[in-house]
Order: sequence, then structure tokens, then C-alpha cells
Amino acid sequence: MSAAAPKPAPYGNDFLREVEERVEGGDWVRMCMQCGVCAGSCPLGPHWEHSPQKIFMMIRAGKRDEVLRSDSMWMCTSCYNCIVRCPRKLPITTIIHGLATYAHRQGLAPRVQPTRDFSLQFWGNSTRTGRVNEMKLTIGLYFRDGLVAGVKKGWSMRNAALGLLRAKRLNPLELLRGHECEDKAGIQRILAKAYELEDARRGKPVA
Amino acid sequence: MTKEYAFYPGCSSQLKASASNYLASVDSMCRTLDIKLTPIPDWNCCGASISYAGSGEIARHALNARNFALAEKHLPGQDIVATCAACWLNARETQERLAEDHVLMRDTRAALKEAGLDYGGETPVKHMVEVLIEDFGYDALAAPVVKPIEGLRFAGYVGCQTNRPFGIAGESFENPLYLDRLVETVGAEPVAEYDQKVACCGGALAFSEPEKSQMQIRAIVESAYDHGADMIVTPCPLCQANVEIYQEEINRRQGTKFAMPVVYYSQLMTIAYGGDAKDAGLDGQMIRAPRLEEIAAAPASPRRGI
Repeated sequence: MSAAAPKPAPYGNDFLREVEERVEGGDWVRMCMQCGVCAGSCPLGPHWEHSPQKIFMMIRAGKRDEVLRSDSMWMCTSCYNCIVRCPRKLPITTIIHGLATYAHRQGLAPRVQPTRDFSLQFWGNSTRTGRVNEMKLTIGLYFRDGLVAGVKKGWSMRNAALGLLRAKRLNPLELLRGHECEDKAGIQRILAKAYELEDARRGKPVA
Repeated sequence: MTKEYAFYPGCSSQLKASASNYLASVDSMCRTLDIKLTPIPDWNCCGASISYAGSGEIARHALNARNFALAEKHLPGQDIVATCAACWLNARETQERLAEDHVLMRDTRAALKEAGLDYGGETPVKHMVEVLIEDFGYDALAAPVVKPIEGLRFAGYVGCQTNRPFGIAGESFENPLYLDRLVETVGAEPVAEYDQKVACCGGALAFSEPEKSQMQIRAIVESAYDHGADMIVTPCPLCQANVEIYQEEINRRQGTKFAMPVVYYSQLMTIAYGGDAKDAGLDGQMIRAPRLEEIAAAPASPRRGI
């Protein structure tokens, strides 16, 4: 007889409780009945490892690291198919965004994750002046992977960019100054307070 | 009688932004329908559908609540109308969430107070399509038609966020019919069998996951061709931009020969109401729509059948 099989990890619902307390929409997770309609409704279904259905079961099984390090939440296009089809009416899109956000705040989200980068860039871009600066957003995305990659990407998309310029739907002058809100200071004060309250509720972001 | 609304145009509708042609046509359409849109003073970005990782929950709702607070303060009694799917969705979501979660309501109001604002939460927020259908109705929308858009077939691409999770009252999520009915209202023919009507274009992931999104976009354009559409029509500025802009990229990468114009419902209505190509923002198409430009340039024919 060989040594005894390793003892199975004790079943615990600490992670479920953590999700319920700290993740936006997390208190809905235990309502999932594992029917899989969400998995079959996702337009990016072929591209992710864990469907929402699986993620919800992994949460209940306490797989904290696997869930929060998963790439899958970042594949959400916000199409809301899963929400309208869920027979238990779980706000799945909200939960998936909430889990992605929580993973990011915990410092566990994949290091290289283009949708996470875009999310952070978009939020930074839009809150700097209260309105999106599309020109800076586009340029920022092109040069995300450095100068050479940016020039290459810009070159490959040059006709699209020129077409938008010709159609007056992209304004290079926005690099100097784009559309802005007047009460930028008020917006920053709103944000500071909101972040403070968010940290109190969910814990300070790691790193 | 003039109908007045507090207008939330959103970032993409601003001057020389990616949906500025949408706004041009909405302005023209509203002139005909005697709709007065007053922009909410100092409105801010809704965060679109991609901000979550940066924003968290409270900041996102606080910024959406700021728009309500400004509308309630400066334009009391007016319903808010948004032309962008994401602006409308986010505003509605904030309103719904704050109404059902008193802790979130308390936190949001505390944040707004920092800028001397408060949120009442009673103001309805509508998509422009809801204004057209619910506040006017198809008959009233057909009345000003002086130039029916005859002989053109449109694939009605509703997309996601004007359709889910809120959608237009009385419509199904899987097969909403309002866009086809608007196409009929202006005298054109909807492609009833268009099977990509509520498919996703990739949304914000068109930027971060281009290959995956372009598979979606390819299907959306291909189905329009397969079903004999002359053009795609949509109510969403991001659907419009993604499906129009990336056709050339898909052609380059995959050897297709797509050149399918993608227009807004408001552009069709502007032309049907007698507006010219500029009124309709047709000069803002990357893939030009020459057959619509022709109709826009032709003199209005006397109305028949009435």
C-alpha cells in the first residue's frame, strides 16, 4: 500500500462570502442553478476558458485564485444576452464586470490583459475632463505596446483613420485640447469621495 | 406643439467626434418633428460599457447621477433623452440601481454633495427611439414624409444595448421589430430575414480584442449581403462605427470585398422629411451611401395615396 491519498481540501464557503460582500452583484451568485444558458448565449463563448456558469460554480467551490486570475471575465462585450436569457434573472453582466474589477483591485488579474488596459485607459481618459477625448484614446491604444508596435498598428489602420478624418469624425486637434466639462474640479471631488467610499466597502486596492 | 427634452448627447456625438453625423441627422429630424433638445448643462461621460475596472461601482453611478442632478436642477420637468445606446443604458441602470439599493443611494448622494449637487431620481430617461415611438408613434412619424425612400432594402441592425437589458417597451429581445417598422415608415423595405439583427459587434472589445470582434462584424455584414440588403441601418453609434470602420480591415485581412454602407435611422428620416445630404450627415459616412445621396438630391415628389 502506498501512502494515504492526500486529504481533500476542506469544503468552505469563505470565497463565496467574500464575493457576496465585496463584488458588485456578488450577492446573486448563489442564485445560479447551473443551467448553462449564459454559456450558450455569449458571443465570445469560443474564446474563453470559463463560462459565467463555471465561474459561479468555481466561486461556490472556493477556487479563489483560479477565478480571480481567470482571463474569462475580461472577454465580456457587455451585450447583455446572458442577462435577458437567465431564467433566474441574475445580472450576469454586472457580476462578471464586478469580478473582473475585484480581481484587478486584488492585483490578481492577468498582467497582460488588453481589455483591462482599455478599461483603465477609458476611465482615466473620460474622467480627466469629464468627457472622452477620442483622439487621445485611439493614440493611447495604438502605442500601448510601445512605439514600434504603435507605428505599425497606426500604419495598418491608416485608411480607417484617414477615412474618419475625411468624414470629420476624428479631430487631431483633440491632442492639444478636446471636449471638456466646465466643472472639472467638482467632478474630481465627486470621484475622490466615491473612491473613498468604495475602498471602505470593498477594501483598498492591492498594489 | 413643441416637445421639449433635456438632451444627453454623449461624447461620441460632439463636434468632430465619431458619431457627429448621427447628431447632425438627429438635429434635422427633430426640427421637422418640432422637438426641442436642450443639452444638459455640463453633462459628463457615462463611462460607457468598459469603465468598470477603473471606476468601481460608486464612482460610475455617481457620475451618471451627476447628469440627472444637472438636468433636474437646470431643466426641471423635462424627460431626459439620449441618442447613444450606452449613455441611455448607463443612465437607466444607475436610476434602477439607486432606486433599489439605499446604501448605494446614500453613497452616491454623498459623492454628489462634494460638487454641490443632489439626485432626485424621478426624471425618466429615454432613448431617442422611445421618444419617436412612444411620444409620437409611427403614424405621426410618417406624416411629414415628403420623399419616401423607395426601392432600397435595409438590414435593421438593432445590436445589443438599445435592445438589452432594457430594450424598447413591447419589443422582444430576440426579434425586436421597431427598427424594421421605422424603415417601413420612411417608405423603404426592411430585410425581415436578417439574422444578425441582435448580434453583438464586439462593442468596446473591437479595440482590445480586434480579431474576435471582427469575426462578429464579418457575420453582421455578410448576412446583410446574403439577404440582399442595400445598406445596414442602426440606432447605436458604436454599432455604426464598428461595423463601418472595420470593413476595410476585414477586407485587407480576409480578402472580402465589403463596402456596405451603415447608416442611422435618423438619417433615413431626415432624407424622407426632405432634408439634403448634409442635413442627414451623409457627408460623415466613411463608406458613402450614393443611393441615399441621390434620393436626398432629388426634388420631393408629391405624396401619393393620401
